[in-house]
Amino acid sequence: MATAELSNLKLKAEDVKLHEAFPDAVSVETRKGYSGYTVKPKHLVEVATALRDRYNFKFLSAATPVHYLEQGQMEMVYHLYNLDAGGGAIVLHAQTSHDAPVLPSLTPIFPGADFQEREAWDLYGIKFTGHPNLRRILMWEGFHGHPMRKDWKEAYFEQDSKPYDTRWPGGQVHRVEDKNPFGNNVAYPDGFTLEGWSEESDRTMYDAMPVDGKGLTTEGMQTDYVTVNLGPQHPSTHGVLRLIVTLDGETIVKLDPVMGYLHRNHEKIGERNTFIQNIPFTDRLDYLTPMCNNHGYVMAVEKLMGAKVPERAEYLRVIMDEFTRVASHLWWIGFFLNDLGAFFTPALYMMTEREMILDVFEATAGSRMMVNYMRFGGVSRDLPPGALETLKELAFERLPRKIDEIEAYLTDNEIVRSRCIGVAALSAADAIGYSVSGPILRAAGVPYDIRKAEPYGIYDRFDFNIALGQTGDLFDRYKVRVFEARESVKILQQALTQLPEGEILSGKQQYQARVPAGEAYGRIESPKGELGFYTVSNGKPNPYRYHVRAPSFINLTSLGKACEGWKVADVVAILGSIDIVLGEVDR
Amino acid sequence: MSSIAKELANPDIKVPAEIEGNLIVTSIDKIYNWSRRNSLWPMLFGLACCAIEMICTAAARFDLSRFGMEVMRPSARQADLMIVSGTVTKKMVPQIVRLYNQMPEPKYVMAMGACASGGGPFKDGYNVVSGIDKFLPVDVYVPGCPPTPQALLHGLITLQKKIDSQSIRTVRWYQPGAEEPIPVPILGPDLIDPRHAGLLRQRAAEQAALVEQAALVAAPAVEPAATEPPAAG
Repeated sequence: MATAELSNLKLKAEDVKLHEAFPDAVSVETRKGYSGYTVKPKHLVEVATALRDRYNFKFLSAATPVHYLEQGQMEMVYHLYNLDAGGGAIVLHAQTSHDAPVLPSLTPIFPGADFQEREAWDLYGIKFTGHPNLRRILMWEGFHGHPMRKDWKEAYFEQDSKPYDTRWPGGQVHRVEDKNPFGNNVAYPDGFTLEGWSEESDRTMYDAMPVDGKGLTTEGMQTDYVTVNLGPQHPSTHGVLRLIVTLDGETIVKLDPVMGYLHRNHEKIGERNTFIQNIPFTDRLDYLTPMCNNHGYVMAVEKLMGAKVPERAEYLRVIMDEFTRVASHLWWIGFFLNDLGAFFTPALYMMTEREMILDVFEATAGSRMMVNYMRFGGVSRDLPPGALETLKELAFERLPRKIDEIEAYLTDNEIVRSRCIGVAALSAADAIGYSVSGPILRAAGVPYDIRKAEPYGIYDRFDFNIALGQTGDLFDRYKVRVFEARESVKILQQALTQLPEGEILSGKQQYQARVPAGEAYGRIESPKGELGFYTVSNGKPNPYRYHVRAPSFINLTSLGKACEGWKVADVVAILGSIDIVLGEVDR
Repeated sequence: MSSIAKELANPDIKVPAEIEGNLIVTSIDKIYNWSRRNSLWPMLFGLACCAIEMICTAAARFDLSRFGMEVMRPSARQADLMIVSGTVTKKMVPQIVRLYNQMPEPKYVMAMGACASGGGPFKDGYNVVSGIDKFLPVDVYVPGCPPTPQALLHGLITLQKKIDSQSIRTVRWYQPGAEEPIPVPILGPDLIDPRHAGLLRQRAAEQAALVEQAALVAAPAVEPAATEPPAAG
């Protein structure tokens, strides 16, 4: 990778004048409410390469397809960041016709675009020329159509947007099952029968795996490759992930994650919902960090609305986010130890602490897990009486003590060290290339935390440090998370002390949010990494486009590379170290 | 006499005082159900958010093992309760049905949460099966999104009550003609339930008939159009 010119290392997005550097290829985005640039598709690779190499915008965070049905256009939106300078993104829009959409692939220069482009092909039917492996990723091969396109209707389709008129006419419940001839959520192409049709879904997947047994030769013996499946029902895949693994003996030759087993159409449903109806759905993305998901989404919409958040609400958001981070990291430590073979006992200790935090969430928001807490312009409920004391007791007494305890038991543990140190080290350049974010990126030695690089809410008021690893191996990832939990406690102590009185929601509570037309990308540092929400509004009550930049999903891009050359037993630990939650991977 | 013996003993039959405590007279149904209800082995298998609450139920605070259900087995062959904990997607349902078929009888299915019971908030999704009962026979539904650990425990206790009420003479797995495995769904252009093959064929025939009819209706309209250009010429 070429190094950027020295003067450009700390270049902010607003200082890059792309339209002046590429007058033929790039023009400034002129649509109302949009930002960034429009790039002609045939120059896209050239512009992206220049951004990476000359301007130091090395981190391709999100690649998002949008289908503009009325204009007959398919658009890809790219968000690129300069990790050294911090600050906002350079946004590129590339458009193509929606009849047979073709765009150049950015995967050869940004490997992190791999899964995102496959998702765009799967759900929107955009063909990326130059993509090494353009297969469906969330649906299966052979599925009819590209379901996220605006002209594609699901089997239970009623109307383009909620609330549906047909619900409860005259108090009568209408069940969609009763209207579907098959009694289930299915629809087939015209004239389809089982005769003359053959299932093909797994063949293309296996075709992509190496079969040639020219592997290790030990003492003159030639070994054969074996391809095996891990999952989708396997206790160590953290849900319903499937890994296709080609092995040479016990060594991994190639590993390919197969996902979509929990693809529950978050985005399609989100585009039928009204803006406010989406908040509870975000809880179910990464179901271990619902508060952070709420925060990311309301921030994106608040950007569009220009809503102001009262002081107390900002503090409550930070408090909830950081407790979530502690809970999520503790949960991870417990289950990572599970993956290393210390079955369930460490997890039991971690879960005890998490329960303490969940109790406060339940008292405040009404639910342990699916909190549905934040609103556009504030939060939905204030802390109940006594909660502040409980939170203070947790932040000042219990959690610091428990984190010390964890460290005392685990950090110097012989087994933890020998299973983790030096295993699957991911270099900083690779991590950036694969668009990896969050603790794994920091473990690889890149000091990038959105709370510092592009502070949102009131994070610029708190004194805390960024955890940083050196080698990017499993042990660094563990240490980074422990350190981050400590720093979160530090933020919590400050926030709980400073928490002001006042209102918690600007304006009055509303059933409908008025969102002006435009696009917005709101991102936060979730415990898993950069959680971004890209929303496009056309002025109607429901979002025209609603996309989640899911950190677990994009972090998985690095898994195949990280596992190569390691043993089968390490795969479980490497996968565990990424900290995936399938609700977010598959959405 | 221990409490278990009291629970099992038949109050109508008097046991001589000298062997009381060493001998229990009971019915086969009672002891058969008692042993099964107190050693339910759920399958270690999670689908979505509900799985997290299931793990919490198994953990120290709620402690599933108080009721004899804590031995979670990752292998279907060793499990007798399938807790469908989360959204069932079309891509996953073939595996779930296959796992169910691999479980030995007697077996039970619990639909945990709104999604497994009926699709829940994701019901209209294009990749979502609206309830596992479209494919598997469900014994207990646990409402909630996700159900709290207490709700899951209540569901499991309800299942124990159901087991108590069963009789060895009428249970499914001792009936003549062993249970057929449930046909595994196929991933085609959309999810195909093999039991719908006839319905699919019928619909294709209907559509073909409609196309034919449309062609017949359209045919006379084509003829004048074809004759027009010569008339003009």
